[in-house]
Formats: sequence, C-alpha cells, structure tokens
Amino acid sequence: MPLTPQDVSRIAHLARLELKPDERAAMLGQLNGFFRIVEQMSRVDTRGVEPLYTPLSAVHAVALRLRDDVVTESDQRERNQVSAPAVEDGLFLVPKVIE
Amino acid sequence: MSGALHELGVAALSRALAAREVSSVEVTNHLLARINAEQLGAFLHVGSEAALAQARAIDARRAAGETLGPLAGVPIAHKDIFVTAGMPSTAGSKMLAGYASPFDATVVARLAAAGAVSLGKLNCDEFAMGSANENSAYGPVRNPWDPSRVPGGSSGGSAAAVAARLLPAATGTDTGGSIRQPASFSGITGIKPTYGVCSRYGMVAFASSLDQAGPLARSAEDCALMLSAMSGFDARDATSAERAPQDFHAQMLQTREGATASRPLAGLRIGVPREFFPAALAVDVNAALRAALAVLEGLGATLVDVSLPRTELSIPVYYIIAPAEASSNLSRFDGVKFGHRTAQFADLAEMYAKTRAEGFGTEVKRRIMIGTYVLSHGYYDAYYLQAQKLRRMIADDFQQCFASCDLIAGPVAPSVAWKLGAQDDDPVAAYLADIFTLPASLAGLPGMSLPAGFGEGGMPVGLQLIGNYFSEGAMLHAAHVFQQATDFHTRCPAGAQ
Repeated sequence: MPLTPQDVSRIAHLARLELKPDERAAMLGQLNGFFRIVEQMSRVDTRGVEPLYTPLSAVHAVALRLRDDVVTESDQRERNQVSAPAVEDGLFLVPKVIE
Repeated sequence: MSGALHELGVAALSRALAAREVSSVEVTNHLLARINAEQLGAFLHVGSEAALAQARAIDARRAAGETLGPLAGVPIAHKDIFVTAGMPSTAGSKMLAGYASPFDATVVARLAAAGAVSLGKLNCDEFAMGSANENSAYGPVRNPWDPSRVPGGSSGGSAAAVAARLLPAATGTDTGGSIRQPASFSGITGIKPTYGVCSRYGMVAFASSLDQAGPLARSAEDCALMLSAMSGFDARDATSAERAPQDFHAQMLQTREGATASRPLAGLRIGVPREFFPAALAVDVNAALRAALAVLEGLGATLVDVSLPRTELSIPVYYIIAPAEASSNLSRFDGVKFGHRTAQFADLAEMYAKTRAEGFGTEVKRRIMIGTYVLSHGYYDAYYLQAQKLRRMIADDFQQCFASCDLIAGPVAPSVAWKLGAQDDDPVAAYLADIFTLPASLAGLPGMSLPAGFGEGGMPVGLQLIGNYFSEGAMLHAAHVFQQATDFHTRCPAGAQ
C-alpha cells in the first residue's frame, strides 16, 4: 500500500524534520518509488532464519565487550564544548521545557 | 627528482625517502602546490603548516639515524568523515560546518603515529550517503579522467585526489561500496577490509553495522602498506575484531603453494557469480571484466561458476538497514551539544525540527525518513526484521560459494562513471547501481577494486575481488600479481602527469 501525504507528515514528525510543502510532495513520490523495489523482500520465506544484526556474528560468537569500571577520561569540558551552539557556566543551553 | 615526485606511489616514495633521495618536506611542498592549484573540488581543508611541521619532524628523525616505518614522511589526506583535532571535521554536511573535534579518530591517530603526513581533509558525500559525491554540502567532486563526470562516492574526494596525483594515498570509508566504487570510477585501487578490522572510533557514524574504513591508493601494494598502519584492535570500538596486528604487505608478498614464476596464481579458485554478469551490465564493463578474468586465468587461477542468488535483493535489504541505522545515529544532530542550530524558534520541538531541516541535505533527509519509517511501530517486522533475516541468507550464500572457491571476482559497478547531474531526479536509480558492492557489505566481507581496463569515453573500469572473512592477505596477493602482469593501475589521467 503506497504511503499517503499523512504518512509523510507523521514520519517527518517522528524524525523531528520540518519539511516544506514542496519537499513533502517530492518525498512522497520518492519514498513510494523506493518502496516499490522493497516489495520483493516480502516474497522470500524467512521463517526460522536468525536475523544478522552484526556481520561478524556470521563467523563467530560475538560477545558484548565490557571495559573495566575505571576512570579513563580526564575533564575536558571546555574543549568538548567548543562547538556547542550555546553554553553558559559549562552548561548547554536549550529553550525552556518546563514552565 | 622533484618533477616526478607526484608520480610516486606509497611504496616507491617510501623507498626514495628511506634512501634519502628526497625529503618529506620536499614531497609535501610539491604536493601542496598541486593541491592548491586543483580544480576538482577534492579538498575541503588543506593544513599546509601542520603538514610541513610533521614532515620536518620526520626528516629530522631520519637525519638523526632513526629507523622509520614505511609510511614515515609519506603525505596522505583523510576523508572528511574522520574527525581530526587539528582540522575542521564536516562529514560533508552543513550540520557540522566549522566543527572542531576534541579528538582524532583512531585511524587518523594510527597513521600519524606511523609517520604519515596529513595534508588535509577530503570532500565526500554528506555523512557518506551517496555514490557520486554530488551530495556534499560543499559542492561536487569532479572525475580527473573527465571533469564532466562524477568520481564516484561517497569517498569521491579521496579517489579523485589519488587519481589526479595530488596524493599517493588517502583514507576512505565504505558502508555499501564507498571505497570500491569511487576507486573503480577513478581508476585506482581501494580495499574495504572485513568488518571490524579498522576501528570505527572517530568515524562520523552512518550505519554502524556496515561502516568500515580502508585505504585508496594506486596499487595493491600501496593499499597493503596503508592498511597495516590503519587497522588493528581498538577497545574504543565495541565491534573491533580482537586479533593481533597484521602485516598485510608481508601477506601480500607470500607466494602460494604450488605457484611457479609463470603461474603465480596456480591453485587459486576464483568464483564468478553468474548474477554479477546480468544482461543489463554495460557492454564496455563486461568486455573489460572478461579480459581481466582471462588475465587471472593466464596467471594460473581457475575460474569457477558460482551463484549469489540474492544479489538483487541486497538492494532493498541494504536500503532498509543502512537508513534505519542512520536515522538512529543522526538523531544526535539536534542543535544542542555541537553542530548547527537554527536562529529562530519558539520552543525545543521547533528548534530540533528547524535545525535538522536546515542542517541536513536532501539525500540525508530521505534516508532519515526511510529509516524512521521502517523502525516505526507496525512496520518494524515487515521491513527491518525481514531485512536482517535476508541479510543472514545473503551471508550464508557467500559461505556456499566459498566452499568451491577462494576468492570471488566480478564488476564493481554496472557502468563506468556517469555525468554530473545524470541521476538528480531519480535517487532510486543511484541505489540500483550499488548492486555489486552491497552483498559483501551486508555480509561484512572484505572487498576491493582494482583497475582492470577502460570503457566508454576512456573511463576506467574496476575489477572487484571479494574474499572470505579476514582474507585480505590473499586478496592483496592476487591483486598484486594481477598488477605485476597489467599496467592499468599505472595509467594517469591527461592533465595529471
């Protein structure tokens, strides 16, 4: 079933992307064009197949590596905030969320 | 010998530096002059002073009698998807204009530790999303073989700079073909190693289960030298492969059992997947590939007919999984901690939506939309989960092939490089052209592209080799033997002599 203009608006909202009306129209056509090539996927019987989320698990058991619980990083607050759009007293500034 | 300095590849330059026939400062200055005159759009940032300081330091160490590694004093540059502490890191996006990383990517740090001199940052598709380098917020890159054509992507700046003899080698990344395809389109050699061989730490994330770094250079030998320095276990990358450091150059030189001088590839079984030679394959690509396969046969290899039945399916599978991971990875660009923030907004929600609307380009938005949709409630099983199951089947298909062959060979792309703007109106057409690079990406297998001839308009054609997990040494060996018998990799675009 093709996507509708409402679907595009809903997805854009989920993705926190503001789309202009002409962008939205172009996106609708392109997404539907794309999902036409996706249809062939549903015709394959994948019952009993394990999903392959990370490729090396195809060859050997992949365990999540946990590091030792020790301090590894020094305080680099100023350096890390150099590219922040707005900071004050070492804090990131955002618009007021709770009145 | 300064007139010919830019003609030297990594290995040749390394020998000249070690023999002190040339200094790192001389070659760095020579290449910086060429880079400052380049018209291809390959570079986003040139760091002349820092480069010359690095070159001077290497020359001083060599003059003091220190024995240095093969990359010491060799100029390179990095795809601008790797973050660098001393230079801006943009990922080809307006979102990261002027971004100053507080740290170096592991690949960048390792190459610096090996003594490679970094000349700057190379243009690429925005967040590495694209196959033509036309999606960079900083303008397209042109193909040195024909400036009206694309160099391939997303590592287009890396490929164009190496092909145009601005650099002996460059770093790149490959998520669905972004090293192999630009290498093919630009007539150079590039290798994407097995997933996990190079650290992803400090590579701006696109699709984390697919992203892999690798070198682009003029020959398999040059790639082997680069890859040895770039690769290795890194605790800072959760999916880094835990293995000892590899000397890919030594592995490349290892002769095969049963090899003879005239048949160095004797005993090597090369699988040729019939799905990689469809009717739609361009005639010129087909002809160059058939000739290259005949060369490999002449060198002693045996060609074996194999099948990768889900080759075509790899397109939707990849274009579901990669955008899904991208939509998640790119959620960090919200205008709070770094990057672009919109100027005017009423509240936090509007700040996010406008910041992202202004900072991301069209292709990135398209992939975020696809990814958000396939991960959303009610669609996850039909799209994302189904794609991950098909990914397993694609990986299993490869293992079936490797039961009867050692390497797989085929085209990198269905055609030679196309004209700039040729695919502007149809993003899906560009996705379809990724058909031959996506299967190995999904399986996490190593793949490389090497120059194999020329097609329409005198444009280069690449031969793709795919190996089993961690078989880079065998791939590089076959590629090196092929390059001893052919001279396609030594050809230089007119104007770059």
